[in-house]
Amino acid sequence: MTMTITAPSRSALARLRWAFTDGWTITRRDLTHWANQPVQFVVNLLFSVMVLLMFGFLFGGAMAVPDGGDYQDFLVPGVLALTMVFGVEATFTAVSTDAQRGVTDRFRSLPMAPSAVVLGRCTADMLGAVLTLAALVVAGLLMGWRWHNGFASALAAFGLLLLLRLAMLWLGIYLGLVTRSPEAVMALQILVWPLGFLSNAFVAPATMPAWLGSIAEWNPLSATAAATRELFGNPGWGGEGWLAQHPLLLALLWPAALIAVFCPLAIRRYRNLSR
Amino acid sequence: MPAEEPAVVAENLRKRYGDTRALDGFDLTVAPGTVHGLLGPNGAGKTTAVRVFATLLRPDSGTARVAGFDVVRQAERARYRLGLVGQHAAVDELLSGRQNLEMFGRLYHLSAAGARRRAGELLERFRLADTGGKPVKQYSGGMRRRLDLAAGLILAPPVLFLDEPTTGLDPRARNEVWDAIRQLAAAGTTVLLTTQYLEEADQLADRVSVIDHGRVVAGGTTDELKRRIGADRIDVVLRSGADLAAAAALLTGIAGEEAETDPDRRLVSVPVRDRMAALSELVPALASAGITAEDVALRRPTLDEVFLHLTAKEKEVVG
Ligand SMILES: Nc1ncnc2c1ncn2[C@@H]1O[C@H](COP(=O)(O)OP(=O)(O)OP(=O)(O)O)[C@@H](O)[C@H]1O
Ligand SMILES: [Mg+2]
Repeated sequence: MTMTITAPSRSALARLRWAFTDGWTITRRDLTHWANQPVQFVVNLLFSVMVLLMFGFLFGGAMAVPDGGDYQDFLVPGVLALTMVFGVEATFTAVSTDAQRGVTDRFRSLPMAPSAVVLGRCTADMLGAVLTLAALVVAGLLMGWRWHNGFASALAAFGLLLLLRLAMLWLGIYLGLVTRSPEAVMALQILVWPLGFLSNAFVAPATMPAWLGSIAEWNPLSATAAATRELFGNPGWGGEGWLAQHPLLLALLWPAALIAVFCPLAIRRYRNLSR
Repeated sequence: MPAEEPAVVAENLRKRYGDTRALDGFDLTVAPGTVHGLLGPNGAGKTTAVRVFATLLRPDSGTARVAGFDVVRQAERARYRLGLVGQHAAVDELLSGRQNLEMFGRLYHLSAAGARRRAGELLERFRLADTGGKPVKQYSGGMRRRLDLAAGLILAPPVLFLDEPTTGLDPRARNEVWDAIRQLAAAGTTVLLTTQYLEEADQLADRVSVIDHGRVVAGGTTDELKRRIGADRIDVVLRSGADLAAAAALLTGIAGEEAETDPDRRLVSVPVRDRMAALSELVPALASAGITAEDVALRRPTLDEVFLHLTAKEKEVVG
């Protein structure tokens, strides 16, 4: 019983090609998860939409929007940014489940490109984020939300949202690799809520107690929400501080800083699994 | 790979976790085409050793080679030649059995068609063809284990590492896994298998290494090991428990060694040097003492006895 084996190739180009091929195999695995569990998949998409509907219709009437604008116009960018932050949970769960089940070890014992595990995770989660955004945008449009500054600006806003998701992805990979217990999943699921709500997504930080308000102002989610509001031409909270005046810059800097910290940490952690 | 190159070699492997010495001067040589059993109690270092061989763990010092390739410096080349079946089934729960095997096949760099064909063959071989389409979530423990084994065999690797392959399986599933391992060995695969079941090593392994506290404390064929801790034994099962003391005295007299008794099984057991002489002396002696035996058996020591003997001796030396 013999099998022909593709000899490990030494050339850099071949290695790069394998990194992408293997990465795509890992991505396809996630797509297959979605196809195998269509109900779960739809429920996940609907969860974000439900948050949007709940806030839109339950609290919409009670919220005073700056400049007398439309609450939906204000709300949608906030929920979009919130959903990107909540994505950390999906990444974390996937990574820690693999590590605990020994699937990560199995991958590491295969002659596949080591970077492919992470590359595949990245692609799958970013695809998931695009689909979630699409579902939310459709729901938002149906509720009457519009962007007012043209399509190019809107695209830039979606870009910023995905950048935030990318930052959360690296955070999620890192946390998934360092935590070993299944209880950690639960803890993270609980912790993302304050992170999500201590922001300008739903209410003005100025209306919060001072210390909470400054946490909310510093929250990366607030930066992305404020920046996308600006790009969509939707009403925002305004504000006098430097943070409130430079949302676009912050929406770039914050995720970039998170990636700069957690991407190397995650890669180092992955390499150190063999220690 | 030169003909005399062993399939697996470890030289003086050491690995510490804080104060724990998981491997403490571990040496091993496994000849190609043989089944080698790594036998040891909980925490002996079996999994640590297997993880080093499978390139998952870097030893602090020492070297290990699989199929001639250093597992640290030539890890990728070693990975093309080894299969790993870990202590816990490492398969994707949400994929079907077939999807799992196809995915791992692709990651071994088989073509799409090749991976599909290989998945089909392996499902057939491990009698998972009917359930191959179901998500692994719905599999029983035995099915999961067989799938795990199949995933380790995608490339038909020349060297296969199995970490406690039958732990937690019912006897039927265990036999299935044993059969699969025997078939592999018959086809020329070198197998290194860790186990706490002495029967398992006895059934499958050509040679056994006993590991304790991160070090091999004894090695050889199972027969050699049994011989090392001494003599054959005579077991006598009595009709009546009341005769236990009398029979024990009689056996002690014949063998010149203290006989052990087990009241629950009405059993008297003693090691003997000359087995046939002892046996021919025993039977008439029992009859003239008026003791009725239900069974008289001559046997080699079980691996359990070998194992307890060796690991206990090690503790004396260390402690
Ligand atoms: N990642 C780790 N961190 C700390 N200690 C570890 C780690 N892995 C193993 N050990 C310790 O090293 C020793 C050997 O462990 P190992 O898992 O190799 O034993 P084993 O023979 O496989 O045991 P078992 O039969 O229970 O599977 C144990 O004392 C264990 O607690
Ligand atoms: Mg173990």
